[in-house]
Amino acid sequence: MLLELTDINKDYPQGKDVVHVLKDINLSVEEGDYIAIMGPSGSGKTTLMNLMGCLDVPTSGTYILDGENVAEANDNRLAEIRNGKIGFVFQSFYLLPKLSAIDNVALPLLYAGVSKKERRERAKVALENVGLGDRIDFMPNQLSGGQSQRVAIARAMVTNPKVLFADEPTGALDSVSGEQIMELFAELNANGATIVMITHERSIADCAKKIYFIKDGQLSSERGGTSNG
Amino acid sequence: MFENITLSFQSVWSHKVRSFLTMLGIIIGIASIITIVSTIKGTNDQIKQNLIGSGVNAVVVSLYQDDYQYDMQYSPVPSGVSVLTEEDREELLKLEKIESVSFFNKRSWADNVYYQNTAYSGEVYGVDEYYFDIYGYKLSYGRFFMDSDYAENRKVLLIDSTVCQNLFGGANPIGETIEIGEDAFTVIGVIGQSSEFTPVINSLSDYYMYMDQSGGKMFMPYSTWPVVYRFDEPQTVAVGTASTDDMTKAGQVAADYLTSNKITSSTFSYRSQDLLEQAKQLQEMSTSTNRQLVWIAGISLIVGGIGVMNIMLVTVTERTREIGLKKAIGAKKKRILRQFLTEAAVLTSLGGILGVIVGIALAQLLSYLMQTPTAISVPAIIIAVVFSMIIGILFGLIPAVKASNLNPIDALRRE
Repeated sequence: MLLELTDINKDYPQGKDVVHVLKDINLSVEEGDYIAIMGPSGSGKTTLMNLMGCLDVPTSGTYILDGENVAEANDNRLAEIRNGKIGFVFQSFYLLPKLSAIDNVALPLLYAGVSKKERRERAKVALENVGLGDRIDFMPNQLSGGQSQRVAIARAMVTNPKVLFADEPTGALDSVSGEQIMELFAELNANGATIVMITHERSIADCAKKIYFIKDGQLSSERGGTSNG
Repeated sequence: MFENITLSFQSVWSHKVRSFLTMLGIIIGIASIITIVSTIKGTNDQIKQNLIGSGVNAVVVSLYQDDYQYDMQYSPVPSGVSVLTEEDREELLKLEKIESVSFFNKRSWADNVYYQNTAYSGEVYGVDEYYFDIYGYKLSYGRFFMDSDYAENRKVLLIDSTVCQNLFGGANPIGETIEIGEDAFTVIGVIGQSSEFTPVINSLSDYYMYMDQSGGKMFMPYSTWPVVYRFDEPQTVAVGTASTDDMTKAGQVAADYLTSNKITSSTFSYRSQDLLEQAKQLQEMSTSTNRQLVWIAGISLIVGGIGVMNIMLVTVTERTREIGLKKAIGAKKKRILRQFLTEAAVLTSLGGILGVIVGIALAQLLSYLMQTPTAISVPAIIIAVVFSMIIGILFGLIPAVKASNLNPIDALRRE
């Protein structure tokens, strides 16, 4: 298993009370999987993705990522894991406005300590892979929404991560651009990328190979209705 | 690191007006400090120049009564003080650091000295043949004293260029007659110091301090002196040394020798006029009054630093999403910390450099407007820039820690 979540709980203090955002989550993701997690807002799906994306640690439970128990890693190690093994795609792209497309894409490689020349070469290849080989020096404000999201995907993929997390990747896009992004995801998955996507749109979730539902912090698979073990 | 500096410059440049306003406190602080320090250094350099600027390594050892220099012009010939002789010269030459010795008599405020109807009010000296060597006098024209001038107590005068200008308007003075009291003296030569030096006079107190050097000098043979003035006036001694640093020591040993061998009265003593010591005291005086100004200017630097901290905190808030994204894709705390510290340091260092430029310009302007001396101090400039960098790092610390501790989830969620 590439990702294995076992009995994951996440509590947040809220005033005097404690909110149980995630309750006994069990989930496995294999290499090459393409899964979607669906749920209404407030269901805990973003919290789950933050945990899986190593942006946060669970209150209890174990999370094995690529053989390592991430639940016990410190801040610095989490940063290294995020940098080396994980790619993120966000709803609103989060490109740095003062950097060109290629510099945005090269940023994770900078943190990985890759040389300047190699950073540029790899970023260029990543941009070509998302069909933006002709716009590498464009600034974010010169790119359309769909193009911006493709730059963000290139940035996520440039480090050859173990898994790509996408949080509402089409949420800020028109339907045509959204479809193109979904086609790109399918293509990446066909080439071996593992993708975990969070969405509340059924049509988007249908692009994935497996769909999970999360409601009130509890996860269930589409067929069978129980937690995947 | 280099990457960070480039990014910092971009960030500073992209908010030009804001960056400039943020730097303003640092610019003003550093500029005032540089201006003050330049003025201090200028004044100090000038004091030293004025006192020992002639490049002559000569210490004057003169007679004191109690703590006051004994002025032969207005006082009787002192009792209990012997006139110096050729043996004293030889004894003095044996002493440590002393290279040459000259005895002379002097009137600081000549009266009854006339060329035709023009009165002369400079200095009059009665000197031996060594005097001109010690003070580096060269003959401009005419001739020096000859042995016969001394032996026959001739009434001959050497004058310096100032006297030549004042009394003769630059016309050839050789052979002209100058009256001192009832005696007629013949001018035989014009002499000048090899390094011509005029003290810079900016204020009344400077004038009193240095004016005896600027009224002109005329010289007669020491043997002629009693003819015009009085017999048995104890001489003043000029001691020449090999280097400026030896002056203090040479002056002391000469004064000790003369006091213990030539004086029997307890109220009199020989003391050396230590110009280096004098310069140091004057410099300390001007430095200490100005040093307080440096402290006040230092306060404006702290205020400037607080301004930088304030803006950096605003910047951190504005760039929360950028920080969150960077952390999400793998930037460690240390990197974020360094980025913001570098940015603060670049900001204040730029402010420091601008401040130095403004400060130098201000010092020059001030010097031009108020006729005060100014001198650029390179160490002060380096310290100023380094110090402003340190201010940036110190006051950037809180914002940078705040940035590095941002939780990426919260940071990304904030719109």
